[in-house]
Amino acid sequence: MPRVVVDVMLKPEILDPQGQAVANALPRLGVSDVASVRIGRRIEIEFTGEPDLDRAREIADKLLANPVIEDYTVRLVEADEPVDAHR
Amino acid sequence: MTARVGVVTFPGSLDDGDAARAVRIAGAEPVRLWHGDPGLHGVDAVVLPGGFSYGDYLRCGAIARFAPVMETIVDAARGGLPVLGICNGFQILCEAHLLPGALARNQHLHFRNRDQVLRIESVGTAWTNAFQPGQEVLIPVKNGEGCYVADPATLDRLEAEGRVVARYLGGNPNGSQRDIAAITNEAGNVVGIMPHPEHAVEALTGPSLDGLGFFTSVLKHLVGAPA
Repeated sequence: MPRVVVDVMLKPEILDPQGQAVANALPRLGVSDVASVRIGRRIEIEFTGEPDLDRAREIADKLLANPVIEDYTVRLVEADEPVDAHR
Repeated sequence: MTARVGVVTFPGSLDDGDAARAVRIAGAEPVRLWHGDPGLHGVDAVVLPGGFSYGDYLRCGAIARFAPVMETIVDAARGGLPVLGICNGFQILCEAHLLPGALARNQHLHFRNRDQVLRIESVGTAWTNAFQPGQEVLIPVKNGEGCYVADPATLDRLEAEGRVVARYLGGNPNGSQRDIAAITNEAGNVVGIMPHPEHAVEALTGPSLDGLGFFTSVLKHLVGAPA
C-alpha cells in the first residue's frame, strides 16, 4: 500500500537543544564542517483504503504536530518506493 | 458545604496522589477522576497533575488532550470551571489550547529537580487569590520539558493583560521565555504552572507550605463564585 509520510520539524525560530547537542558532538568524530543540526520526526501512515492526503494533513494538524512550535509537510510515498532512498 | 476538587489520573500520571492530598489539606474533598471516564462527577474544580501521561509519547500532553475526560474538561473550562494544570498538566492545557504557547525541551537538556523561588505576579486568578501581589514563594520544580515558548506577540499580550501568573527568581531552571513559570487564560479560571505546589503543603515533605495557597485560593474563589 502507498504510505503517507509526515515530516515534523521545530519551527526555525524555536531553539533545538537536541540538535545543538548533536552538532557539538560532531567535532569528537573529527567532523568540523557542519554548521548546524536540527532534529525532527518522521511519521509514516498507512490507510486501510486509498491514502488520503487531506485526512493526513488533518491528523498532522490536530495531533502529529503542535503548530505553535512545529511545522510539518505531508507527502505520498508509493509502496515500491523505498523511503530510505539513499541506503 | 465542602468543595469537591477533581484530580485526574492519566496512564503515567505521577503526582495525582500528592495533588489529592494537597486538596484535602487545603480543606476540600478530593475526587479522583479517571482519564477514560468523561464524567466530572459534580466537581467544583479540577487539577491536572504532573507525570508523564501516555508516556510523553509524541509530545508531552499531546495524547492526553484527547482523553475522554479532557473533552469534558475543555468544555467546562470554557464555561468557567477552575482548572489547574501542574507540570504535565500545564503541558496538557497548552496542547488542548486552553492556554497559549507550548512547553519545549529544557534548553540545557538536563532534567531539573530543585526547590525554586517564584514571584507571584497575578493574584486575580482562581488559583492565586490567596497570595499577595509580588509575593515570593518556594516550591519544588522538576521537569525535563518545562521551557515555556510562545511568539513575541503572545508573550506581549500575556504581559499586558496580567496573565503571567508566576516567574522564576534566582535562576531560570529551563530557559523559559521571560522567566515564565505560570500563566492563565483570559478569564483567570485556567492556570498552568510548571513547578509543583502540591509538593509544598507539609513541613515533613516540602521545602515550605507555600504551595497550599494555590489550593486555598480555589476554595476562596468557589465561595465567591455564583452557584
